Amino acid sequence: MTVSKLLQGIKTAAFSSNTRQKLLAFASLLGLLIFFSMASPSFMQTDNMVGILQATAVNGVLAIACTFVIITSGIDLSVGTLMTFCAVMAGVVLTYWGLPFYLGVAAAIFFGALSGFISGVLIAKLKIPPFIATLGMMLMLKGLSLVITHSKPIYFNDTPEFPLIAQDSLIGYFLPELPIPNAVLILFVVAVVSSLILNKTVLGTYTFALGSNEEAVRLSGVNVDRWKIIVYTLSGAICGIAGLLIASRLNSAQPALGQGYELDAIAAVVIGGTSLSGGAGTILGTIIGAFIMSVLTNGLRIMSVAQEWQTVVTGLIIIAAVYADILRKRKS
Amino acid sequence: MILKRTFLNLALGLGLASTLSTAALAADEIYIPMVSKGFQHQFWQAVKAGAEQAGKDYKVKVTFEGPESESMVDKQIDMFAAALAKKPSAIGFAALDSKASIPLLKKAQAAKIPVIAFDSGVDSDIPVTTTTTNNVAAAALAADKMAELIGKSGDVALVVHDQTSRTGIDRTEGFVNRIKSTYPNIKIVSVQYGGGDQLKSTEITKSILQANPNLKGIFGANEGSAIGALNGAREMKRKVVIIGYDSGKQQKAAILDGSMAGAITQNPVGIGYKTVEAAVKALKGEKLPKVIDTGFYYYDKSTINDPKIAAVLYD
Repeated sequence: MTVSKLLQGIKTAAFSSNTRQKLLAFASLLGLLIFFSMASPSFMQTDNMVGILQATAVNGVLAIACTFVIITSGIDLSVGTLMTFCAVMAGVVLTYWGLPFYLGVAAAIFFGALSGFISGVLIAKLKIPPFIATLGMMLMLKGLSLVITHSKPIYFNDTPEFPLIAQDSLIGYFLPELPIPNAVLILFVVAVVSSLILNKTVLGTYTFALGSNEEAVRLSGVNVDRWKIIVYTLSGAICGIAGLLIASRLNSAQPALGQGYELDAIAAVVIGGTSLSGGAGTILGTIIGAFIMSVLTNGLRIMSVAQEWQTVVTGLIIIAAVYADILRKRKS
Repeated sequence: MILKRTFLNLALGLGLASTLSTAALAADEIYIPMVSKGFQHQFWQAVKAGAEQAGKDYKVKVTFEGPESESMVDKQIDMFAAALAKKPSAIGFAALDSKASIPLLKKAQAAKIPVIAFDSGVDSDIPVTTTTTNNVAAAALAADKMAELIGKSGDVALVVHDQTSRTGIDRTEGFVNRIKSTYPNIKIVSVQYGGGDQLKSTEITKSILQANPNLKGIFGANEGSAIGALNGAREMKRKVVIIGYDSGKQQKAAILDGSMAGAITQNPVGIGYKTVEAAVKALKGEKLPKVIDTGFYYYDKSTINDPKIAAVLYD
């Protein structure tokens, strides 16, 4: 390979739209970190950084689940209440039925996948628009969680290992001064695996293809419906992991929680540069997006900005991030 | 270019935020963050107002935060964690779920930051004190008023929000025990739970009225229950004495037009004020009682505009 060819390659890589968007998002994250460090001495402390990481875990995993669906140009409004439903099912298996620990974990992921499968069938086979299908699922799952639990939290008192999933720190055993909770580790594992699926597998290829031109994919003889159902099923299973994380962190399944979390997840995906019109997006971008959201929330809190204004600023940042994305697309 | 513009946008947004934020902390200033169950409801805004007043009186810095809904247990925990990261002098906390907050409470304890529980309190030994309404005594007062209004004899019923929360249990016990101990001619024919939901409480009230043609009075143990009792009686066109709890636009209007006899009100401003006051006292090393009663009032048509009462009512 000649040097000029190599340079050409680097240039394309550096300036391909994805890389640039990631750089932009990453630069914004860095900017926020620097800004808050200067604004308050309490911000850049190990405790607070660990707090931010922990606060990102659940939204990060939900946002990854959303990323798959949004790349296919779909949307999933049910991720928040599905997360809760999965937490509740883990509670049913562990606390109501007293079954072993691993079955509770399996139940959360299984019911996540099942619900994702149902959403996928509604969308692919019954041709119900994703927005409506998942809105319906969102409400059904919310209701079911309340029905199953009689609107009361389920505690995991009989399963002492359950809170360890998110709260214990494997890293802390090796590096006591860096007690990063397992929830964060799980977020990164989910992110790496999802990134591999998206970039190295047939499923990933079809996920992008569905979002760029579904009709062309269909005409080339691919079973579009099947792949769509698989994407929603995978997304649901990831929500199951989020359910485990939040239940483990709270040591309880809180049945009323969940609604509204889908919007935080979608915001993280969009800030991370995934286009709502589908066909483009990265897991790394989503993770950065999720961190931008939690750094912003935490930083404004640390600065004691009035809560009403925190909401205003968060809204402003989401719009600014998406506008930057639009500007970038217009140029390229 | 684009990068620069994004930064500009960011800087503008955050610059705005920082000017709006209260002045930077002086190193020796006493700082007391309050992590509440909510912040946008009128009740919590009243708690916040009380806390800020105490902050002014005692010259301490107070901030007030709470999640958007009372289901967001994890968001509240994040708020508590951020509050701890600011290394406050003391912290006020109204836990949405006591058990879920224990790891952070322990962290506060380890850092020697006194925790003052407020509103319904925290189910743990860690808080140095709890500032709350004495719901048992308040409900007993409602029972006295009920007895007075129905001539100390006849059938009464209770519509309560739930049988598991501390407030639900205390208000039921307070009312029922006072009737049993003091008014032998009053019979409690039914205690029903409607989740504080207006519609559900309405249906419950209607079935109670249907089953008890001689019912003389209903006690609604929170705002939603009281409105439900009111709606149920109106739909069945029955004249019964209704005593409610807390305030809110509908309840106040019902008291003014006579369809509701009166209601118990807590003192949310007092809850906020006394929480900050207790924190200051704890920091000075003063001994505090385990529970600080923040007071309550009974109000009706004649006293609703009394300045002392009007100050603690909300729409």
